[in-house]
Amino acid sequence: MNLVLGQADQLIDWAWVERNMSQIIDRTWEHLTLTGVSVGIGLVLSIALTVVVLRWRWTYAAITGFTGLLYTIPSLALFALLVPFTGLSATTAIIALTSYTLLILIRNIVAGIDGVPAAVKEAADGMGYTPRARFWRMEVPLALPVIVAGIRIATVTTVGLVTVTAVIGLGGYGFFILRGLNTFFWTQLIVGVVLSVVLATILDLILIGLQRVLSPWARGKV
Amino acid sequence: MIRLDGVSKHYPGAVLPAVDRLTLDVMRGEFVTLVGPSGCGKTTTLKMINRIIEPTGGSIFVDGVDALSVPAHQLRRSIGYVIQQIGLFPHRTIAQNIGTVPGLLGWDPARTRDRTAELIDVVGLESEMLDRYPAELSGGQQQRVGVARALAADPPVLLMDEPFGAVDPIVRGHLQREFLDLQRKLGKTVVFVTHDIDEAIFLGTRIAMLNTGGILEQYDTPEAILSEPANQFVEDFLGGERGLKRLALLPISSAEMVRGPMIDRTGTRTDAERTMAEHGVDWVGILDGKMLLGWVDRRDLVSPDLNGVEPRPFAVSLSPSSSLREALDAVVTGHARIAVVVEDGAYKGMLDLDGIAEEITE
Repeated sequence: MNLVLGQADQLIDWAWVERNMSQIIDRTWEHLTLTGVSVGIGLVLSIALTVVVLRWRWTYAAITGFTGLLYTIPSLALFALLVPFTGLSATTAIIALTSYTLLILIRNIVAGIDGVPAAVKEAADGMGYTPRARFWRMEVPLALPVIVAGIRIATVTTVGLVTVTAVIGLGGYGFFILRGLNTFFWTQLIVGVVLSVVLATILDLILIGLQRVLSPWARGKV
Repeated sequence: MIRLDGVSKHYPGAVLPAVDRLTLDVMRGEFVTLVGPSGCGKTTTLKMINRIIEPTGGSIFVDGVDALSVPAHQLRRSIGYVIQQIGLFPHRTIAQNIGTVPGLLGWDPARTRDRTAELIDVVGLESEMLDRYPAELSGGQQQRVGVARALAADPPVLLMDEPFGAVDPIVRGHLQREFLDLQRKLGKTVVFVTHDIDEAIFLGTRIAMLNTGGILEQYDTPEAILSEPANQFVEDFLGGERGLKRLALLPISSAEMVRGPMIDRTGTRTDAERTMAEHGVDWVGILDGKMLLGWVDRRDLVSPDLNGVEPRPFAVSLSPSSSLREALDAVVTGHARIAVVVEDGAYKGMLDLDGIAEEITE
């Protein structure tokens, strides 16, 4: 028992945590903004690309092919590739992080819209909806659970990837992880990892809540 | 009310048209069933009326309006539409589903609410259902909502594409009867697609028999089609049991009933025995004035008068509006080999096999 407690005391230096509280808060903010901005821009771009896909279906293969290619590039390499153009900046981080959200988001938005039952669309037409009204009042609301599911995956993934931006001087909690690894000071490493996991979980829970609010009719289904 | 004038649908790339220059008139208040084998274009024909499928030739008039000259969405708001897959909007409550067309027409919300409450009752559902979502209802309940939704803005015309095809046979029977009553009460003009000839006969005031390629083989009342099929195709499609199907259309009141072995409860055992002997049976029906009490077996007659006997009820008793097919069923399944006909408890008479057979051969 003593041994375990002794180890734990060594692993987490609570005095360090107290001393660095303001920096932890700053890094939390950084982590949140990098995640939020990247997923936000990713969502806007994905919606735009989905509009293209829905109008010209043949573009779907090309768009998923390209975003799929982006998705395969190791994140470390992508940051390095961008640095000559955009420097060690938030822009570099956001471009890379955004590009990783595209595949997930586009796939889910298109799947959500495609998943609207044909009978619902035919009934909506038969009731006298114009095509535009049908899209906004039937297809979009019905696709929302699947779209939000995509946003959840993209958000959780991005929270994890933000830590890698520590290599270009950002990183949110990744800053602590990297410094912890370099200095063998485990408290920093553990604080970075634990907070990153906690943040991902909290954001996921918030999005689950949003999903339930947006689709009360689908409770227990998605 | 609805007029199809040389209407065609030719899909690009198809050799033969799905529907070829079809002309069909549906009068106000009529219930027309479109029936035929798959590929006969019955669904295509129906869906051209509200332009879910755009015709490639001919013209269509609905309530005097050239359907092809108005925007499709506007046309559809004045035509009720019910499909087999129901297509309720899953993200909207039952009340919102029913209020769909009133909403599109810009009705006042209070008026829509009143109308919705009225319709849920008309289709036989509880008003507690109004706040539920479609997924919480059974298939039969969902299709009742589908019918209510189609009736919401009180359209003069209803188009129905195999609306009862996806529910189980028992519920289907209920829905068919209830819908027929509803249609008669509301006087809607209905065009109804089915592949089930029995459903077409049961519901339709006229049946349009369609053959592959949308060719109209016969368009007439069920009675006329059953008694005089226009050609071999129609005869084949009607299948066997044409006589039985006709019986299903004829009410008992159209046949001649007999009084049968009946005596009043004030009679004696001697009266009962004489009546049985006259009819050559071993049972006798007991009346109390005009009311039918039941029947007694010869062995039940132990005392000189009838006061002590307990008449047994007839297993099946029919009303004059029941069909002759039901009467036939009662004859062949009942012990007494007859069908008793009763109206509000009063004895009307009975039918035996000979009486029914006479109607078939007529």
